[in-house]
Amino acid sequence: MNIIVMVKQVPNAAEVRINPETNTLVRDGVPSIINPYDMYAIEEALRLREKHGGKVTAITMGPPQAAEALKEAVSMGVDDVVLLSDRAFAGADTWATSYALSMGIKKIGSYDLVIAGKQAIDGDTAQVGPETADMLGIPFVAYVRKIEEVSLGRMVVERLMDNGYDIVETALPALITVVKEINEPRLPSLKGKMKAKSLKITPWTAKDIGANESKIGLKGSPTQVVRIFPPAPRGRREILSGPIEQQVDYVIKKLKEQSLI
Amino acid sequence: MSVRVISDKCTGCGTCVTACPFAAIEMREGKAFITEACTICGTCVEVCEFKAIEKEMETGPAKDLSAYKGVWVFAEQHRGGISSVSLELLGEGRKLADKRNVKLSAILLGSGVRDKAKELIAYGADIVYVADDPALADFNDDAYAAVLTTLAMQHKPETILAGATAIGRSFFPKVASTLYTGLTADCTALDIDPDTGNLLQTRPAFGGNIMATIVTPNHRPQMATVRHKVMKPAERNDARNGEIIDVKFMQSGEPRTKVLRTVEEVCETVNICEADIIVAGGRGMGSAKNFQMLEELAKLLGGAVAATRAVVDEGWIPYSHQVGQTGKTVCPKLYIACGISGAIQHVAGMQSSDVIVAINKDPDAPIFNVATYGIVGDVMEVIPLMIQKLKESRS
Repeated sequence: MNIIVMVKQVPNAAEVRINPETNTLVRDGVPSIINPYDMYAIEEALRLREKHGGKVTAITMGPPQAAEALKEAVSMGVDDVVLLSDRAFAGADTWATSYALSMGIKKIGSYDLVIAGKQAIDGDTAQVGPETADMLGIPFVAYVRKIEEVSLGRMVVERLMDNGYDIVETALPALITVVKEINEPRLPSLKGKMKAKSLKITPWTAKDIGANESKIGLKGSPTQVVRIFPPAPRGRREILSGPIEQQVDYVIKKLKEQSLI
Repeated sequence: MSVRVISDKCTGCGTCVTACPFAAIEMREGKAFITEACTICGTCVEVCEFKAIEKEMETGPAKDLSAYKGVWVFAEQHRGGISSVSLELLGEGRKLADKRNVKLSAILLGSGVRDKAKELIAYGADIVYVADDPALADFNDDAYAAVLTTLAMQHKPETILAGATAIGRSFFPKVASTLYTGLTADCTALDIDPDTGNLLQTRPAFGGNIMATIVTPNHRPQMATVRHKVMKPAERNDARNGEIIDVKFMQSGEPRTKVLRTVEEVCETVNICEADIIVAGGRGMGSAKNFQMLEELAKLLGGAVAATRAVVDEGWIPYSHQVGQTGKTVCPKLYIACGISGAIQHVAGMQSSDVIVAINKDPDAPIFNVATYGIVGDVMEVIPLMIQKLKESRS
């Protein structure tokens, strides 16, 4: 079973913040990591390979330093990596990113399954998975929390929904995005780390993947960011003290005044 | 369009390097250098005191977007009930349509749902396109996307909105991909630029630490998914008139995916995203048994129970109740956080609630930073007292 995992290198979002006074981003010492959801995608791909054989290839699009994310994937056990890196890809929104990834995946060649995390924690859009699936012309299943069964040309998975979950059967090849419930990602192995260390990654450019120049990067992106600003601060805070009963009475009174309860 | 450094004016002060939200500016040979991580957001242009950075606007001929008219709302239904976020979108969609002086349409898909079209008209739709077909009984990405894509190609709406639900976020990208247009996920505010008709789509990023306004200047339709509870629901008026248009669903060949079975996993009937009041618990509740107290409190208040990731990992409540970065994002009128310390990952999912009551015995718990009212005390003491007081005030 040949599996392609789509990964993204992201800043550790929990540590990214805007300084409300200067309206600038505080990112001193914010490290780059593999998008946490993509770690589940890598782990699931490795588990499927262990069960069914085949090969796992990780693909990412980003600046040259995104190679670090691919090396981390190799240290976990991924067989092969593809880095799409070219100034022409810069400024891509989800559509243009999906287009480049789909062209890269087509160049990799035959595959049975593409896996990605349900969303990236920097943009949180959850769009690159389904858009890439559409461009590859393969079916898509979102929020997969369990792969129940894989057989020739088909797969049965559990898809998380707002009120529970669906058991979904899909034809293969397909693209699925996974949620954290699906597994516990492994730590890198020593052997993997050695392999990653000596790995030379030659990026694929827009030309290499035969991308139409008008569909990549900023030029190919339908959306544009026009403004970035910090969220509105929350209103007045009242942190109470004193006897519990007094605090509870006060809060209930306040909530009633605002017709909240 | 691009952002360019004017070398002569750049003093190498580095202000733009720290200001760039995307770490896309470096100092090279004492001057600012814009790398390929640039998203053309323009933050650097604003912060540069020396006017040494400029944003070059698109120079190519503008595409003809005038053929695209009208606002569409995807009316999501679950077992025949219209989801609350769809009613909120009809309220917002009505406003946008009135500003553009165009019609508001709703798209209704499902099996045995045609009756609901009248309801959508009462909530503000001028036109309802209904595809009622047994093949649409379960949510199916391919089928839903096929219907919406075909309709959008025929009727050319200017704007299409859906709730940022599991369903909306799953199939809208497929439609946007096929139509080669922009889609903005998880919006919390929408407006229209009166000159261009561009939809100004504001959404949080980086777990809610940053807000971004996004437009789709040269493509139509402009598509967005919108979070629960951020827009005011439309008011029902059964006297309103509208047109119902039946749409035939054409299944092309054997479906590629199908739902074999659906399992409902929500303890009460309320989906936490749709609840006006949420009572949420963290590990500070101590045990699964103590956690049940929250259900009593939620019931009294007519709300839903939610939890942190730690509690879900402990198995005290199913995942569908999890709030936070790896769970759901909620925006109720009242959020009562019980024994929740306030880790950033949890706060990201609930900080836009209208009123937040936090109960924690640690006065330094970070949850108090986002609390409207903070009760400093042991949850095991506070919650039973709250339950008792609420019962007393009602009898």
